[in-house]
Amino acid sequence: MNKSKFVIAVYVENKYGVLTRVTSMFTRRGFNIDSLTVGETEDPNYSRITISLSGTNSELQQLVSQLKKLYNVRKVEVISAESGIRRELLLIKIRSTSETRREIREVTEVFRAKIIDYSAEAMCIEITGDTNKIDAFIDNMKPFGIIEMCRTGIVAIERGAGSLVNGKEG
Amino acid sequence: MKITGAEIVVQTLIEQNIRTIFGYPGATVIDIYDQLLKNSDKIEHILTAHEQGAAHAADGYARATGEIGAVLATSGPGATNLVTGIATAHLDSVPLLAITGNVATDMIGTDAFQEIDITGVTLPITKHNFLVHNVEDLADTIREAIRIAKSGRPGPVLVDIPKDVQKELCEYTPMIAPVTKSKPAPADDADVAAAVSMIKEAGRPYIYFGGGAVRAGAGDLICELADKIDAAIGCSMMGLSELPTDNPRFLGMQGMHGHYASSKAMAKADLIIGVGVRFSDRATGNIDRFSAGARKIQIDIDAAELGKNIQIDLGAACDICDFLRKLIDKVEAEKHPNWMIKLDKLRAQEAEQEIPDFLQSKVIKAVSGMITDDTEIVTDVGQHQMWVAQYFEFKKRRTWISSGGLGTMGFGMGASIGASYGSGNRSVLFTGDGSFGMNLTELATAVTYNVPLTIIVFNNGVLGMVRQFQTLFYDKNYSNTTLNRKTDFVKLAEAFGAKGFKAANFEEFQKAFKEAYETEGPALIDLTIDKDSVVLPMMKPGGTFDKLILGEED
Repeated sequence: MNKSKFVIAVYVENKYGVLTRVTSMFTRRGFNIDSLTVGETEDPNYSRITISLSGTNSELQQLVSQLKKLYNVRKVEVISAESGIRRELLLIKIRSTSETRREIREVTEVFRAKIIDYSAEAMCIEITGDTNKIDAFIDNMKPFGIIEMCRTGIVAIERGAGSLVNGKEG
Repeated sequence: MKITGAEIVVQTLIEQNIRTIFGYPGATVIDIYDQLLKNSDKIEHILTAHEQGAAHAADGYARATGEIGAVLATSGPGATNLVTGIATAHLDSVPLLAITGNVATDMIGTDAFQEIDITGVTLPITKHNFLVHNVEDLADTIREAIRIAKSGRPGPVLVDIPKDVQKELCEYTPMIAPVTKSKPAPADDADVAAAVSMIKEAGRPYIYFGGGAVRAGAGDLICELADKIDAAIGCSMMGLSELPTDNPRFLGMQGMHGHYASSKAMAKADLIIGVGVRFSDRATGNIDRFSAGARKIQIDIDAAELGKNIQIDLGAACDICDFLRKLIDKVEAEKHPNWMIKLDKLRAQEAEQEIPDFLQSKVIKAVSGMITDDTEIVTDVGQHQMWVAQYFEFKKRRTWISSGGLGTMGFGMGASIGASYGSGNRSVLFTGDGSFGMNLTELATAVTYNVPLTIIVFNNGVLGMVRQFQTLFYDKNYSNTTLNRKTDFVKLAEAFGAKGFKAANFEEFQKAFKEAYETEGPALIDLTIDKDSVVLPMMKPGGTFDKLILGEED
């Protein structure tokens, strides 16, 4: 069966232990998550979890059904590639020397990334974009030597005026 | 007027019509127990010998009545002893309210004496759970826990209450009427219409129901539908007793140890209508080859069950009874004479396979005829469970109480006590020497409360079901399945204060059962059976219904 990449937005009560309930369900049901981000929303009583995963369509249906069964989950929506905007943030520390510094700056400019820290041996760069762009940027940085990096995982939002809570049914 | 949290707990239970609670006291629930004694005219507490027994008793109570079962335990080991009972209820979708005490809020997280994170421990085996931080939230949390446990697909909910919350004072206003369960979604007309046309195209329909049909009380509607569309009926183990065994369309339980005719009919059907059933691996065998020629409709209250285990052609997540009513109304009457002839042939083949003079089947059938229709039939887990599922002739709904999903050995003693308490009827527990050995300490509870319970121990000195697997698939390498203990069950029963009988053949059993069943309180019959008896037919795990093992030579 064909595996595809999916992004799911989950609107949950902003209460102690809710993230554990969501992730515990994934573990129990054997779902493999590529990334998961969580943060506050426009309403402080609720948090928004963005999950990206790869799986078959039936696995996705099962995941959504199981999420909806959780008591603290208010809304679940699959954000499609067409109608959704997906972004990730990457912070990456690159080894730099007087020979490579110029080249790193050029790549950074091409990717419209930002140098946020600068020292004699290293540079720290910030970049946002969709997953493909981040992956490509990392590939370009590899030859210089990556000291360390961290990426946030995907956050996603639907285009248009609707919202997860008041828009279409999740 | 302000009252303590502990009093709020007990008053809320009373207000919610909970009249029986099973449990075991300890340091962090003393305040609740204090209130239970003061209110013993309104709520009865049954003290078991072990918290696990209390959890199974609350479960048995819920299964027998359809109401919520309630259990109370202290923090730490009291709470962890509930775990197997909660998991058993979870896997079989039984509405259960488990209340645990915990150490005071300021001690939580310090590894205090008898502190355990029980909401963490029970996270994957409860429908939901709560840790109550403020006494102001206490009454509403218990009410909400009850609503969650009863609503939709039922299940266990745990409420953990720190000791300081039990001691704090708070205003309490009783609710006038108990919380009602959320109304399930009605059937969608388009789904019903799709089912109607699939039935119209089918020539060999088979209605397959499970525990969800029991929870919804859908038995009569299933019979009505089957009559109208000329279908065969079969069930999973969890569906037993929802319709009378002697219904002419009913072929019995299907699955790994199901009836030959039922399993074969399911494999030959061209349309399977699943009603409140999850198509578990024990029922389907190899899912890729499971009834490959049949289209499948699945009706369940839980949307997550639709197509979870098998591919389906139509799924409807809604009130099962509403769907069946609408379907019966809309569907055209059908006649399938060839299908009926085929089913008769399967029945005849099944009859030919019967082992003559098989003690277990004779005993179980005899018990069917010697008891009142409302007697609760409870089992433990193993060979005896499968034999009772195969041979018992059920007449009244909710009289079959058995651990299906989790397969909990040791379930029976607590469950039968709870079932008798809930229904007000006698219970007959079929158990094995292995299962009985796990929680036999609840004999003390049965004696103390004079529970009308007849225990039949199928004693073969071995762990028969595992041994059967070893016989068939492990070259008779009987690793650790031979018990041959020196326990004298008759003396054991007597030591607990119950009656004990011994039987080694059918005549002795009949005589003993008559006396045991008429005994007011608990009585035990130690029935010697052959250690090499096997449960047949049998489908190999992951096998198919084409290749059922019918005799030992297979």
